[in-house]
Amino acid sequence: MRRLLTLATTFALLGGAWVTPRAQTRRQEPARAAQQGEVLVRNATILTVTRGTLQNSDLLIRNGKITAVGQNLKAASDASVIDGTGKFVLPGIIDAHSHSMMDGSVNECTNVVTSMTRTSDILNPNDIDLYRELAGGTTALLLLHGSCNAIGGQSTTVKIKWGHPVEDFIFPGAPPGIKFALGENPKRTNFNIGAGVPRRYPATRMGVEYTIREAFTRARDYKRTWDEYRAARDNKNLIPPRRDITLEPLVEILEGKRLVHAHCYRADEILMLIGLADEFGFKVKTFQHVLEGYKVAREIARHGAGASTFADFWGYKLEAYDAIPYNAAVMTRLGVNVSVNSDSDERARRLNIEAAKMMKYGGLTEEEALKLITWNPAWQLGIQDRVGSIEPGKDADFAIWNGHPLSVYSRVEQTYVDGELLFDRAQDIARRAQLEAERKTLEQADANKPPAQGATPARPPAAIRRAYQHDDDLADEGEDQR
Amino acid sequence: MRNTRPVIKARARLTAFAVSAALLLTAFVNVSAQDIVGPTSGDLGAPGIYVIRNARIVTVSGPDIENGALVISGGRITAIGANVTAPSGATEIDARGLFVYPGMIDASTNMALVEIGSGVPGSVDTQELGDMNPNIQAFVALNPHSAHLEVTRVAGVTSAVALPQGGIVSGQAAFLNLNGTTQRELALVPSLALVVNYPSLGGGGGGGGFAAFLAAQQGITPDAITQRDRRVEELRKLLRDAEAYGRAQDAYARDPRAVPRPDTDLKLAALVPYVRGERPVIFNVNRERDIRAAVRFADEMKLKAIIVGGAEAAKVASLLKEKNIPVILDGTLNLPLREDDAYDYFYENAAKVQAAGVRFAISTGDSGAHVRDLPFHAGMSTAFGLPKAEALKAVTLYPAQIMGVADRLGSLEVGKIANVVVTDGDLLEARTNVRHLFISGRQVPLVSRHTMLYEQFKDRK
Repeated sequence: MRRLLTLATTFALLGGAWVTPRAQTRRQEPARAAQQGEVLVRNATILTVTRGTLQNSDLLIRNGKITAVGQNLKAASDASVIDGTGKFVLPGIIDAHSHSMMDGSVNECTNVVTSMTRTSDILNPNDIDLYRELAGGTTALLLLHGSCNAIGGQSTTVKIKWGHPVEDFIFPGAPPGIKFALGENPKRTNFNIGAGVPRRYPATRMGVEYTIREAFTRARDYKRTWDEYRAARDNKNLIPPRRDITLEPLVEILEGKRLVHAHCYRADEILMLIGLADEFGFKVKTFQHVLEGYKVAREIARHGAGASTFADFWGYKLEAYDAIPYNAAVMTRLGVNVSVNSDSDERARRLNIEAAKMMKYGGLTEEEALKLITWNPAWQLGIQDRVGSIEPGKDADFAIWNGHPLSVYSRVEQTYVDGELLFDRAQDIARRAQLEAERKTLEQADANKPPAQGATPARPPAAIRRAYQHDDDLADEGEDQR
Repeated sequence: MRNTRPVIKARARLTAFAVSAALLLTAFVNVSAQDIVGPTSGDLGAPGIYVIRNARIVTVSGPDIENGALVISGGRITAIGANVTAPSGATEIDARGLFVYPGMIDASTNMALVEIGSGVPGSVDTQELGDMNPNIQAFVALNPHSAHLEVTRVAGVTSAVALPQGGIVSGQAAFLNLNGTTQRELALVPSLALVVNYPSLGGGGGGGGFAAFLAAQQGITPDAITQRDRRVEELRKLLRDAEAYGRAQDAYARDPRAVPRPDTDLKLAALVPYVRGERPVIFNVNRERDIRAAVRFADEMKLKAIIVGGAEAAKVASLLKEKNIPVILDGTLNLPLREDDAYDYFYENAAKVQAAGVRFAISTGDSGAHVRDLPFHAGMSTAFGLPKAEALKAVTLYPAQIMGVADRLGSLEVGKIANVVVTDGDLLEARTNVRHLFISGRQVPLVSRHTMLYEQFKDRK
């Protein structure tokens, strides 16, 4: 705790910037008690997503789980009771493409296959964007490695357990995943490189295919070597094969134990990976971005893959010039499990609006639109038994909205994760004056005054994470790939 | 070039479309093929005569009219009311259950100046070399056939201001109605306003947390202040030169024999209407100190100022009100500037600015591809305190007023240009569909690059 306070003080002196999350962490102790007790939301409109819309209904939470949904529910005498009259309950929004809370670069670009890297090694639970996302009703994220490599790093599924230590963020029991990337991005290390800078394979989509084929060929041999060793384990004279932590995740893919999330844009590269996966006998769990998915929706459906796409973000590069906002609707109609993701700390705060757009473009129903940001991404992350809908037995991850979440005029009032109130607009507003005063005090502190002429100003930690706007446009254009 | 597709003749496209697109068929009811031509057809056609009946008319400037009618003729709105007489030959549009709105206006974009921002530099024409480019005109480089125009207007945004970027004086912005086959047909006002990036001390970057804070803090060094002041002085000198140039030209015009003939200077000539306050100067500023500095500068130079950006405009409200300087807020969906800013800092910025009595408009400040999000910027501002009616005005009447075109656009009033959008719901809601669209009195088909690709692939087996 002392270290934590020292850290907070240091940060505060430097910018006042981290005061908010730390302060909120400490001040939310009373709310945390609710996790163990009961919460009753009374008389709300409950958008269950899987069981229709329930008017004037109650939602009962006990020990972090949804225990009952219905009318006239009874709670314990010490339960926290919330009047939901005129309000809407929506399951926590799940963002199937995020880079929030990933400190430093999301891209290990030095190799074309970086399956040994783990996003779980670089998580910052105090990233303020997590709080902003909670304030938009988002409660779970798929944290993906960048798109610099044909086979990238291992992904992490998290709940936004704001105020908790980082280990609490890891979604319990979520299947492990990995990022693949097709098309332009894994080739980008060859764009605009300076003289003398070595090029990195591949430079074409042909080379991207070969890279994945070669890696899985090695993984298949590696798996055989281990299988043969295990089969002959009685022979005490055998030396175990050398472990290869690059190939181990690929073996897990071949065994169906690790989910592949493949960044892609063009139809041809989508078909390429489906063909390769069929050949090697594995499944792609999701195609990410998949902006031309509408051109090959039947093939995606036949393979059984999900599609996690932007609502209507397009045209920012040539690969995205055939992107259409009808993408989600076309794929949905042809039987693909589709989610709408953010790939941006900004959009992750308002995925409800992105879902609502999909009613306009292609005529999805209200329920289909809501599924794009709740049940469908839950399925894509393999956590659909825990979250993604309001059903008894599921985790109490939900938000209370002051109007229908598909309306631009609505906002989140409260967000709960595992039954714990982690965002409360009323509390947030009530704290503002105090935080402003705290900030003013800190700004007056000696260490925070502008340096005298010639003096060296105070420096913050060098590797502070910058807000992530968009995987493709910004970070990948930077030095990361060089 | 995989994205090169054969040019589809508008007429052929229409026929194919009319057969297959049952969804949008209503758009073509009672409208002859003659009236419907896309921007790639090379022929805009003459404005038609239309009467839209039985709709809720949201005039914006006055009260809504239930079950009203609106007449479009000769490119203008010629009648609005509960009862109107249809001119002979008018195409009747039964809009029972629908809503009629003025087209939305986005006052800060790079519409038609960029097609693909990353990786296709040949399609990017926003930023000229050098710091002082008053002679540069967005109008010259507008691409009337950009796919952005179509996808934007079918979402109900019918006008946009295209701003050049970069340097200190970026160039001159143009006001576009989003239908035309040439720059001249697109541009309602070719030389609308001068765009100035008022020299700042830096540190204005969004979401930068510590880094932005530190940059700001480090920015206040004597060196940086000297540098900033030097750049402001360059700008001041340029504008003073333009004033002198204007006086010299006038003197020569009055009596060519009395004074020597001044040589033409294209940069100074371009500035004359701006230094005389005849046309507005757009100052791109966000932080409080930069807004204050820009306002003081505009005051000193007697410029007709508009602020674009305005992240901290609420902190400068009294000054902006006193000087009657409007603000185009283009950051509604930005992440807060500082880590300890309230999570809804930009969501509620418009509400704060409006409550403080500052004239304002809401803009996407985005590339042409994303201008269609304009209604959601305004709608989300309402979720965080901006009155609904103000949100609607912030994307219609207010940008028209600020840009000096409110005599022609921004509301449904007799005599105004007929930029009219017929919807099946609230204009600002994401789920609302546009059902009929008119720009400058021409009915515009609800087709775009996106609907065409959709039609092409939605039934692929």
